[in-house]
Amino acid sequence: MTTFDLFLQQVINGLSLGAMYALLALGFTLVYGILELINFSHFNVFMVGSFIALWTLQQFGLSGQETILVGLPLAGVLLAAFAVTMLATGAIGVGIERFLLRPLRNVKGPAAMITTIGVSYILFNLILLTVGADSKNFPNPLPPLAFAVGGAVLRLREVLIWIVATLLMLALTFFVQRTKLGKAMRATAQDPEAARMMGVEVDRVIMTAFFLGSALAGASGLIFGLYYNFTSYLIGFNAGLRGFTAAVLGGIGNVPGAMLGGVIIGLVEAIGGQLIGTAWADVIIFAILVLVLVFRPAGLLGRLAPDRS
Amino acid sequence: MHDGGDTILRFEDVNTYYGDLHVLKNVSYTIGRGEIVSLLGGNACGKSTTMKTIMGVVRPVSGRVLFDGAEIQDLPTSARVRRGIAPVLEARRLFPRMTVYENLEMGAYTRPKGAEFAQDLDRVYALFPRVQERRRQIAGTLSGGEQQMVAIGRALMARPRLICMDEPSMGLSPLYVEQVFDIIQQINAQGTTIFMVEQNASMALSIAHRGYVLQTGQVVLSGTAKQLRENPAIREAYLGELQVPGAA
Repeated sequence: MTTFDLFLQQVINGLSLGAMYALLALGFTLVYGILELINFSHFNVFMVGSFIALWTLQQFGLSGQETILVGLPLAGVLLAAFAVTMLATGAIGVGIERFLLRPLRNVKGPAAMITTIGVSYILFNLILLTVGADSKNFPNPLPPLAFAVGGAVLRLREVLIWIVATLLMLALTFFVQRTKLGKAMRATAQDPEAARMMGVEVDRVIMTAFFLGSALAGASGLIFGLYYNFTSYLIGFNAGLRGFTAAVLGGIGNVPGAMLGGVIIGLVEAIGGQLIGTAWADVIIFAILVLVLVFRPAGLLGRLAPDRS
Repeated sequence: MHDGGDTILRFEDVNTYYGDLHVLKNVSYTIGRGEIVSLLGGNACGKSTTMKTIMGVVRPVSGRVLFDGAEIQDLPTSARVRRGIAPVLEARRLFPRMTVYENLEMGAYTRPKGAEFAQDLDRVYALFPRVQERRRQIAGTLSGGEQQMVAIGRALMARPRLICMDEPSMGLSPLYVEQVFDIIQQINAQGTTIFMVEQNASMALSIAHRGYVLQTGQVVLSGTAKQLRENPAIREAYLGELQVPGAA
């Protein structure tokens, strides 16, 4: 492979990682945009999502990398896996909000944020205790189809990841821009008190933000498994931190910003890891974050907090 | 005093607190259907708290708030909007990154989006041709006067029977102030009751039927607009017409 081919290959890899981080970043941004709360439980909702996805695939008799599906069975299994995972993690997110965070809604200070850290550790330990500490093989039912792009290899699974992530982000954008509840979400993010006085039930809006964000984290967890062919109770920390960084990089609270930030972090991780060394990827990612925050504190696309005129 | 025969909103001995701070102290108001009632008072006397108490953002510790004869003091804000109360908030408070049209949609949030929505939209556009011109613009980029028109239009989209206005003339140029008060009278003439907090007392009393004067959370004076305009204490304190010799 020439240097250019290596670069091209890392762009392909980076876009897949970026899709995963973007989906994760959206959950941070949706919740922050409305509550100004950094939801650290999101890290491990993502991790639990990858195990729910694993379990769902196992129900279809898939365990290792041996079983390959094509055509309708493949589409059906994937659709079912995404649907089950996203509904389950969405429900977990709603449960966390309803029972653990809502009682703290009007408590000033870091109580709610600390709670999200606590929930994150509970989920982490629940999986450790029930599933065990060793990594689990994650089935990949996709045919090993690959296309040559220059000297780089584009596998079917990358294409699938891109398509799924793009569809989910388009659906979210449509929801937020065009539907009544989506508009209520934007209004609440921009001025919660005014939104309430229009008759918006703010509790419902907050619940929707948790559901959507957590469902996208579930999709991201499934993508993690498909991409790396394993999952473990440990995966939440690294991926979650990158998703969070992506949200801040793009401008936390800003939906397109989270998508952009995710793709940038994914590309930096892949290309930087190739050119300078994998061990340096974290250093580069967080150096970029620090630089962006020094020169553009509100992130690339702006908007730190709900603005009140 | 209003005779109470056709009352739309009534406060009965309402007390509210912010923490330990006693804001409204045994406050009672009676707003008749079809009236424009103005609430006067200095800074931090409880005017905005009155508006927030009507909308359910502040809950009274004691006392009753009646709308159409039914107690509403324990209802959530959304239920009050559904019953027909809409706010025009202090400093307009449009959703700054949504379009003018989306802001109007938010005003109609509790209503189904059918034929009535289209009628209400036509009514707002007829009252404010400028709002129609700007309907695709991002609300935060409008001038203050234009934003106030959208804020009033947004309240009308709820098809309210009572509009609570908090400082509708604040920060507007004199030309816009005239226009806004004209529009308020028109809306009232079309059958909507207006309860208005306003710093600009002479303007407010020129269109109001009646008024209340709040001082440190208590109603100290009430009467018809004419009575209030002619009251020497009001003239001195709010209309700036009498200068006390030697006063700074």
